[in-house]
Amino acid sequence: MVNTVTDAHGHEHPKNELSYFAKRIYAIRELLVEKGVITEKDIQCQIEYQEARSPANGAKLVARAWTDPAFKSRFIADPKAACAEMGIDAAAINEFVVLENTEKIRHMVVCTLCSCYPRPILGRPPDWYKSFNYRQRSVVDPRGVMREFGLELADDIEVRVHDSTADIRYIVLPLRPAGTEGWSEADLAKLVTRDSMIGVMDPLSTIPD
Amino acid sequence: MIADGSKFKPGDRVRVKFEDRPGHIRTPWYVRGKSGWIERVYGDFLNPESLAYGRDGLPKKTLYLVAFRQADLFEKSAGSNDKVLVDIYDHWLEAAA
Repeated sequence: MVNTVTDAHGHEHPKNELSYFAKRIYAIRELLVEKGVITEKDIQCQIEYQEARSPANGAKLVARAWTDPAFKSRFIADPKAACAEMGIDAAAINEFVVLENTEKIRHMVVCTLCSCYPRPILGRPPDWYKSFNYRQRSVVDPRGVMREFGLELADDIEVRVHDSTADIRYIVLPLRPAGTEGWSEADLAKLVTRDSMIGVMDPLSTIPD
Repeated sequence: MIADGSKFKPGDRVRVKFEDRPGHIRTPWYVRGKSGWIERVYGDFLNPESLAYGRDGLPKKTLYLVAFRQADLFEKSAGSNDKVLVDIYDHWLEAAA
């Protein structure tokens, strides 16, 4: 009786078929290994490297910049050296630029051509960052996009959208939330979301549960 | 980031060439033919439009951060004081009045 219930519950499930592009990627992967260009171990190492990088790196940098003015100056003047100082490997980035938000200027980052993103600092980009919707609307209507993330900007604040079309990777240094005076660097880092470093929203004002 | 030999300096008015050709292009469509100004000179980089085809990327191209008034790019942004800043290589730029 149990089998009858699970087998016949009224609708069809989609077959778990690979898409054309997934099949193509697997075929290329198998060929590269078969021809000795790369090994399975190389692939596993690269996956682990990609997965190990996360927005926590960026959050550490931002929290340090909020609490240490000298570090902030170094972070803006030479971001890669500042990363090395914090033990974050940003060598893979050709050029790295920090965009500092102020009370009057807010920055937002997009790659309208593809999905360029400061991966060593922020990990893999979120799916929405790669979507046509974000890539089209961010340059035309950045305020509308920010509104959808819950950020309503006053008219006298200037928005600067950076389209990273070349060798430069950008990270936004958001404003430190009010009321966080005296907080530890570790607690401040918990307020720094990935999206606040892309520039579509402000950092949190309280530590999430 | 050596920028001594660059064609433009910060503040210079520039126009993005209006070109359309097949192949790997790093200049987005929405700024082609539009005018803005040099915000920053990033220095010389291997040309990605050559690298994309397995070539050596030489000669290097100076890369600029070019700023545009959003209102100059999109009709629906009329009246906006916001800016769009795009990284553009020098062979796409010409001096503008």
